Amino acid sequence: MTVALEARGLGKRYRRTWALTDCTLSVSAGKIVGLVGPNGAGKTTLLNMAVGMLTPTTGTIEVLGGRPDGSPAQLAKVGFVAQDTPTYRNLSVADHLRLGARLNQGWDDDLARNRVGRLGLELNKPAGKLSGGQRAQLALTIAIAKRPKILILDEPVASLDPLARREFLQHLMESVTEQDMSVVLSSHLVADLERVCDYMIVLVASRVRVAGDVENLLATHRRVTGARRDPADLPPDWEVVHASHTDRQTTMLVRTKTPITDTSWAVTEVGMEDIVLDYMSQATTGYKPALEVSS
Amino acid sequence: MIWLTWRQFRTQAVVAAAALAVLAVVLLITGLHVAHAYDTSQVPGCGAHHDCTSAAQNYVQSLKNNPLIFLTYYIGLVLVYLVPAIVGAFWGAPLVARELETGTLAMVWNQSVSRARWLATKLVVLGLSGMAAAGLLSWIMSWWIGPIARAGDYNRNGAGSGVNRFLPILFGAGGIAPIGYAAFAFALGVTAGVLMHRTLPALAVTLAVFAVVQVVMPNVIRPHLIPPVQATSSFNVSNLTELLIDGGPGSSGAPMTVLAAAEVPGAWLLSNVTITPSGKVFDGPAPQLCMTGTPQACNAWVGRQHLRQRITYQPASRYWDFQWIETAIFLVLGLALAGFSLWRVSRRRLA
Repeated sequence: MTVALEARGLGKRYRRTWALTDCTLSVSAGKIVGLVGPNGAGKTTLLNMAVGMLTPTTGTIEVLGGRPDGSPAQLAKVGFVAQDTPTYRNLSVADHLRLGARLNQGWDDDLARNRVGRLGLELNKPAGKLSGGQRAQLALTIAIAKRPKILILDEPVASLDPLARREFLQHLMESVTEQDMSVVLSSHLVADLERVCDYMIVLVASRVRVAGDVENLLATHRRVTGARRDPADLPPDWEVVHASHTDRQTTMLVRTKTPITDTSWAVTEVGMEDIVLDYMSQATTGYKPALEVSS
Repeated sequence: MIWLTWRQFRTQAVVAAAALAVLAVVLLITGLHVAHAYDTSQVPGCGAHHDCTSAAQNYVQSLKNNPLIFLTYYIGLVLVYLVPAIVGAFWGAPLVARELETGTLAMVWNQSVSRARWLATKLVVLGLSGMAAAGLLSWIMSWWIGPIARAGDYNRNGAGSGVNRFLPILFGAGGIAPIGYAAFAFALGVTAGVLMHRTLPALAVTLAVFAVVQVVMPNVIRPHLIPPVQATSSFNVSNLTELLIDGGPGSSGAPMTVLAAAEVPGAWLLSNVTITPSGKVFDGPAPQLCMTGTPQACNAWVGRQHLRQRITYQPASRYWDFQWIETAIFLVLGLALAGFSLWRVSRRRLA
């Protein structure tokens, strides 16, 4: 099985501040990976290193087995839509398609034209006059029509209204199923990602808090509520992600591989959004970072 | 890549070509007048029939009396200097910086074309266009100014050698040197944009550096590109152009300087000093005769002092040698900067 994204000890420093530290990841190909974290967590930095727009300060990153070295072969494998979905203001939609055709050997013009037609983008309209949603769609079209093996999208829906957001993700999913490619997309909102992603990476304060298959994460995380007790009395295989206490009661998000049989705990399943939010708030409450699991 | 380069450059190219065409028409019309006025003046074949200096002065004065010619002369010269600066500041500086600011680099650098090829194509297409524009304007302006520069050799003032095409102000606005300036300024602009990441500061730095280079080159470097010729001859009082005495009647031992025009047509005169038979620079003292007597009597006194005139200059025959050397210097500088930008961009040290 090929690896879509592999990072080892990856870090990036801007002058004195580390935007990303000690990031180790291995995501197999064919997945739709959600990269979630608050603003400034290092998502853009990670993605920019994946496409070679930035050089790592420490460690290495490989995409589909190749270093992002800017070589035409590597570039052809990766489709990238940068933050704010940049396009040339003065160039028309048709010009953008022509740009894609001229600059990519593997360009699929039929796909691009069909997609643009389906989206109702006027070919003669300058990109600067498109709405935010249309511009995002145009940028995505260019990235998809070069027929990449992996599509990397940095906050593609951040500037879109909820309806455009849903449409964009829907179109994205259609293209992904048609074309058999891996996708990595980032967002600071879990809600954007949980419906479409089958792998989740949670990045907080320049570190990876947790990464894993969504199914696996859902199966191993439980919300438990019970009488307050000494942390040392908790089962050894419990990893407490987040805890809140009242005088008598403790509510925790725990991660455990074994089923919880102790009936003194009230156990509930939790959704992806809650899991991610608990990992995010962990950063501020100062718990030890959880180890990531690769699948 | 060539298509994209052209597509992005198209508007600027059309505007530049249109501006150049309008300018060419104006220069052609006025230039024909300048040439016609020269042919019908007394300057061609002067010496045999007329005094060349007065013929040249009459010719130049007739041109100065025509405000259109007068304006075109100065605006034309300024434009030849300005075109490379414009190419550097408005084509070079934004080339990478603007796309970095708008974020489009992230898009275009993720198509299946290496950054080196992306930048190299743009450097070649825009760089050659800028060089062509500068070369074309310089060529037209050289033709326009030709008769004036020829007449100017007779139109001496002070200790000068006349207004010819070798003079710094005309040298940089004629021949092939502007092509080198354009190549250099363009590469300078691109490099500034690559290093500074922002268009406006890069543009300002480009203009500032280019202006400094345009001052340093003719004043500090160009005179020494080939060792100048030094010549000493007897001081010819009939060529006297300057006689200064620092003192009034009654004062004794007042410092005095005299200068004669240099007889080196078409040359770039670097220095002109009057020396005594012992080799010292002549500085007086002025005799009472020169303060109280007639100018003729004073001139006659100067003629009896066995003074000598020592000049250093670049002879007219070296004009094209200097043009080639200067152009080559700026082309090499431009290529070095372009190479640096290419290296910097493909090593991903941007953003």
